[in-house]
Amino acid sequence: MKARHRRFAWIGLGVIVLGVAAALVLNVFQSNLVFFFTPTQVASKEAPQGRPFRIGGLVESGSLKRIPNSVDVSFVVTDTAQRVPVVYSGLLPDLFKEGKGVVAQGSLGPDGTFHATEVLAKHDENYMPPEAGAALDAAHKHKTMSMPTLKDAK
Amino acid sequence: MIPELGHFALIVALLVAIAQGTLPLWGAYRRDPALMALAKPAARAQFVLVAIAFGCLMWSFATGDFSVDLVAQNSNSQLPMRYRIAATWGSHEGSLLLWVLMLTGWSLVVTLRSRNLPAALLARVLAVMGLISVGFLLFLLFTSNPFLRLVPAAAEGRDLNPLLQDPGMVIHPPMLYMGYVGFSVAFAFSIAALLAGKLDATWARWSRPWTTAAWSFLTIGIALGSWWSYYVLGWGGWWFWDPVENASFMPWLAGTALLHSLAVSEKRGTFKSWTVLLAIVAFSLSLLGTFLVRSGVLTSVHAFATDPARGVFILVFLALVVGGSLTLYAARAAAVGGGASFAPVSRESLLLANNILLVVACASVLLGTLYPLVIDALGVGKISVGPPYFDAVFLAVTAPLAFLIAVGPIASWRRAELPDLWTRLRWALAVALVTAGVLPFVMGNWTPLAFVGLFLAVWIAGGTVSLIVQRFRPAPQQGFAAKLRANPAAWYGMVLAHFGVAVFITGVTMVKGYGIEQNATMDKNQTVQVGGFDFTFRGVVPVNGPNYAGVAGIIDVSRNGVALPTLHPEKRIYNAGGQAMTDAAIDKGFLGDRYVSLGEPVSDKGVEGAWAVRLYIKPFVEWIWFGCFLMALGGFTAMTDRRYRLVVKQTIAAAVGAPA
Repeated sequence: MKARHRRFAWIGLGVIVLGVAAALVLNVFQSNLVFFFTPTQVASKEAPQGRPFRIGGLVESGSLKRIPNSVDVSFVVTDTAQRVPVVYSGLLPDLFKEGKGVVAQGSLGPDGTFHATEVLAKHDENYMPPEAGAALDAAHKHKTMSMPTLKDAK
Repeated sequence: MIPELGHFALIVALLVAIAQGTLPLWGAYRRDPALMALAKPAARAQFVLVAIAFGCLMWSFATGDFSVDLVAQNSNSQLPMRYRIAATWGSHEGSLLLWVLMLTGWSLVVTLRSRNLPAALLARVLAVMGLISVGFLLFLLFTSNPFLRLVPAAAEGRDLNPLLQDPGMVIHPPMLYMGYVGFSVAFAFSIAALLAGKLDATWARWSRPWTTAAWSFLTIGIALGSWWSYYVLGWGGWWFWDPVENASFMPWLAGTALLHSLAVSEKRGTFKSWTVLLAIVAFSLSLLGTFLVRSGVLTSVHAFATDPARGVFILVFLALVVGGSLTLYAARAAAVGGGASFAPVSRESLLLANNILLVVACASVLLGTLYPLVIDALGVGKISVGPPYFDAVFLAVTAPLAFLIAVGPIASWRRAELPDLWTRLRWALAVALVTAGVLPFVMGNWTPLAFVGLFLAVWIAGGTVSLIVQRFRPAPQQGFAAKLRANPAAWYGMVLAHFGVAVFITGVTMVKGYGIEQNATMDKNQTVQVGGFDFTFRGVVPVNGPNYAGVAGIIDVSRNGVALPTLHPEKRIYNAGGQAMTDAAIDKGFLGDRYVSLGEPVSDKGVEGAWAVRLYIKPFVEWIWFGCFLMALGGFTAMTDRRYRLVVKQTIAAAVGAPA
């Protein structure tokens, strides 16, 4: 009788602790999800202002500019349909190249410039980051299938 | 010829594995000694066959046989010999062959170290390992054959990924796989016990050294991977919460829980069904890790392959193993039975808390790793989970866990008295509070995080010292040597591993709290001051490696005018693929590292002008890996415990007398 009560108390305590832990974990989880947007989505204002997110696509050829004697760079990420200007302060990864795939994390400024806090290119050079590849595919489909309607809507 | 021999050996190994996985199981069911006795020779033969296959592949790599597709893809005639050897497991196919080699290797060791295991148990254990081997050999032969020929042969190979051309990469995968695959032994023991419906303290004693061995190897493997990413990726980070890292970390967390729960099962006969479940979970997570890394679902240097057939195969295999073993568990766990009762404050309850916290940590890593994949697979969108999630959850879960490390070993089994714990631990508590309160001021910046980290590190170290003192103080008539001998190796192992945790926490806290990272542009002879050190850039000189060319920067370092070793960070271009790679220069030290890596030339004068440079000060960073090394060393020490060798005699006693 007493043993059974004690067991119930233990189980109850366990359930409460696990519940609280799960709630806390999910709360932190929710606030640290980083969503991914293609340049087309950014251009159509689907991406959030202020909150960090990721964009992906190709580094437009000829767009990489360095501010002399600083580590600040600017470049343009494109999915061939839309372009997003990106500024970044820091050293670029080895595999960052014009015309190659890139994924950048950061947030969108009021002027439509993407302020990257991190530029990711942790892959080998024949490899397209899945996000960047998906952005190109989406833009390609969009252009061939629904570009006229999109223009009409605007 | 050699590759065909390897291919043939693999096919024969598959046939042997099928025999090993079925006949002894049937024999154990029918109590037929002849069939059960097949397990041992089959396991040994399988090891020899897989070793031949592996040797053949290694030979092809060493001789640079570009008529083998895998060699042509992952090697190059300019590649130095040690990286040719390492390239054997640097690719998807080769690393899976290494996996199977490890599996058959562990099976071989089981046959050698179990002369006196009951025949039926040994037969079942080896059969389960044989079945796992069947799955992996099928996978190798049908989706990832390493011996495929390339017709016509390539004139030159495409080269091994430069990131993998590193001494750390030579030993990281074998160590990691030793750990991953080693959990298959604990898994096989659990399945065997479930099949037999008999699980007692002797069973726990058999499983323990195997689990400890696997866990120690996994610890080393993860630490090597972390060390490698620290100096190869050039970002100065040592853990990125990358899905690939998480894939190896989850089995480690489950394995750590398993180690501790096995202790309770062995000493007190409690937690038995939980222990079995943990063994299943640890191995399933090892398989999941293999799936995540090998199926190409992740974006990372580890994802060499992108092939849906492989993904589906591993997923089906995973479903069979996990589903099958959990079904068996559901059917049989009740037969395993509970155990002795214990008080709310006791070593059992503390170890239970340890297990719950580790499982919560493991589940939160699993959530953060799999959720983006699930969302992506459902086509809802693409997301990623930021490192802040892992950092926050981990601190919340592991801080109480670390706190308990000092208390657990001091508490008595069954019932511990709080006043007694207080008496035994008050000194450790006082020292920890004072150190954590004062040291951050000395370091120049007091933060709550630094306080918590240092408190936990000193608390664990202090608690462990108290444990040692209290073990050694009584019975003064004995000599010190006698006292040393009186404690079992397993106890010393635990002490070492717990010290390792303290060292590890110190390293993490110091790097997180007092590490300095600065990106700078440096002209020739320009000096930049970072954290009290003066870094002076003296320009770059050309360097030529065996299979790369590039430049090395010359950076003089001094502190208060006293010169320290000059650093030579390199920027390399590999001849075969034209891939650029940064090679960081690190001046390692007991109290911290100075870490420099080259970015790019930033002025219009090219390499002769100013360069973008990363300058990092990493206090106590080496302690992170030294702590891991101590943990693994503790594991290996614990394995040598005499009582695991004495199992033999007790087995016979148990078989004669004691009920299950």
